[in-house]
Amino acid sequence: MRMLDTLLMAMQAIVRNKLRSFLTTLGIIIGVASVVAMVHLGQSATRSVTESISSIGSNLLFVMPGTSQRGPGGVRTNAEPFDMNDADAIQNEVNGVLVAPGVTATVSVVYGNANEVIPVQGTNNNYFAVRNHGLSRGRQFTDNEMQAGAAVCIIGQTLAKEMYLNEESLGSTLRVGRTACQVIGVLEEKGQSMGQDRDKTILMPVKAVQRRLIGKLDVQSIFVSALVDGTTRRIQGDIEKLLRQRRHIAHGEDDDFYVRDTRDIADALEQTTNTLTVLLGAIAAVSLLVGGIGIMNIMLVSVTERTREIGIRLAIGARAKDVLMQFLVESIVLSTLGGLVGLIIGISGSWLAAEKLNMPFVISPGIMVLGFSFSVGIGVVFGYFPARKAARLNPIDALRHE
Amino acid sequence: MSVATLQMRGIHKIYGAGVTEVRALDNVDLTITDGEFVAIMGPSGSGKSTCLNVLGCLDVPTSGQYFFRGVDVGTLNRDQLALLRRHYMGFVFQSFNLLPRVSALGNVELPLIYEGVSPARRRQMSLEALRVVGLEGRADATPNKLSGGQQQRVAIARALVTEPPLLLADEPTGNLDSARANEIMAVLSRIREERGITIIMVTHEQGVARFAERVLYFVDGKLVKDGSPDDVLGEVTR
Repeated sequence: MRMLDTLLMAMQAIVRNKLRSFLTTLGIIIGVASVVAMVHLGQSATRSVTESISSIGSNLLFVMPGTSQRGPGGVRTNAEPFDMNDADAIQNEVNGVLVAPGVTATVSVVYGNANEVIPVQGTNNNYFAVRNHGLSRGRQFTDNEMQAGAAVCIIGQTLAKEMYLNEESLGSTLRVGRTACQVIGVLEEKGQSMGQDRDKTILMPVKAVQRRLIGKLDVQSIFVSALVDGTTRRIQGDIEKLLRQRRHIAHGEDDDFYVRDTRDIADALEQTTNTLTVLLGAIAAVSLLVGGIGIMNIMLVSVTERTREIGIRLAIGARAKDVLMQFLVESIVLSTLGGLVGLIIGISGSWLAAEKLNMPFVISPGIMVLGFSFSVGIGVVFGYFPARKAARLNPIDALRHE
Repeated sequence: MSVATLQMRGIHKIYGAGVTEVRALDNVDLTITDGEFVAIMGPSGSGKSTCLNVLGCLDVPTSGQYFFRGVDVGTLNRDQLALLRRHYMGFVFQSFNLLPRVSALGNVELPLIYEGVSPARRRQMSLEALRVVGLEGRADATPNKLSGGQQQRVAIARALVTEPPLLLADEPTGNLDSARANEIMAVLSRIREERGITIIMVTHEQGVARFAERVLYFVDGKLVKDGSPDDVLGEVTR
């Protein structure tokens, strides 16, 4: 018997039972679609995380007081805060770094009738480079403004849009806390990153925030950017050594501050999303398996239903292997079609979802090939048992079957 | 003279065991030579269908030997039996046994598909077979669009398309009225004359059996009469 005829015979049987064929493949369609969609979405999420982390600033280290470990005692809060001297020391004593201090105050900001509570960041001109966040218009702080702690501010895009609507914000006066503050610049748009709207912020000189908003000389965090790629490890060590010295931490005692590399955060997040991808993929794979069992179920019913047909075929000279091939090819064609449809649905579904969730869409040929070949494999494995049952029928029993 | 085509020696076919044992064939010896037209008769349950199934290699006997053109069928495996059926035998059944939802042409082509004949040649041979049974105009009709007599003629075309030397028919007229039955028998007789094939047919209708030239009469699995229709039927009815 010619292979092409076997294939045609299987196709005819499938077309003759359109609804049943569709229901049979539905399991495979859903299985392949969910595997492909889950893995694609997972990879899109991973990509989205990496991209948002690189947008925070490359080669960026966060230095904060306290300990990074959360134990039974919670976060250590009695750690002494930094001040500007610490930031200056890092800038001056560690090689190849750019330092921006971060003094945060969350205060209400008023312009005209608009009123919002916004995190205000006291920093210096290094911020733009360190945090990878430039100006879209206006100017940076002048040395005089830095030294005097002048009431000037640079606002993020969200503010520029929401509070000023379409009015020009440059040169206007904004009330920040109890201070009237002149807008000298607007930051470029940055979007969401790690759950924060980076455009909803106000930058002011360090001293302005310290004196006018919080009334303390504390610096809550220090952002350090490595000027040369691949030096963050060395810099992290240098900063730790320097700060231990400055904070008089005895040998063997734990740090009461921590230096965190954004790369580490990125790695941790990436690992999390990767684990999630694997988990989701595994769950989806189970549904693919269930789909395969569905095929086997229907093929078994089909063999019973078509026992008489099998008897006729055996009587007119079909060999056992001809019958085996007929049913096997039928189930392979079904599962292959299901795999193809599932692939299309899975890819378009994950593309749509990525679009809606504002994630970059990552196409992954590997999982497409895997999902598709798995569905074909399922056709072989789960089609074999019913096909063998058909092939082993005794011709006369099959013919007498009602 | 003629060669022994089919030879049964001490064939038993026993279903069940112990008290429920049924001897469908009980020590049957028979020889059928090339070109004969044989009718197998007998009351229900006499084993006539079982005899035909064994002759057609659809069923295997419990004991005894069956030689097909000198080959001991008992030594053949399933696939060899399938090839034997494919190349040497055509089957016609009481209930036609056409594939539903497949056209008359498709049904006739089926044995050729298993033989691996090319589609064009297949079509040509099948149309010719349909022409022989007078159905060339209904090639595209599915069985449910055909009358019983037409369906049986399609089945005959399917049985003969591979040009086998042996045609086995199990009550070919059992589901037809007498006019259709005579039509079918006329077709079979004509084909036999044209091709000189052997026909073995199970029937319980005397009128149908009279188309044959030899009648085997079974009772309780035993071959009790073997002779010309006039001899056997005359004796049975008396």
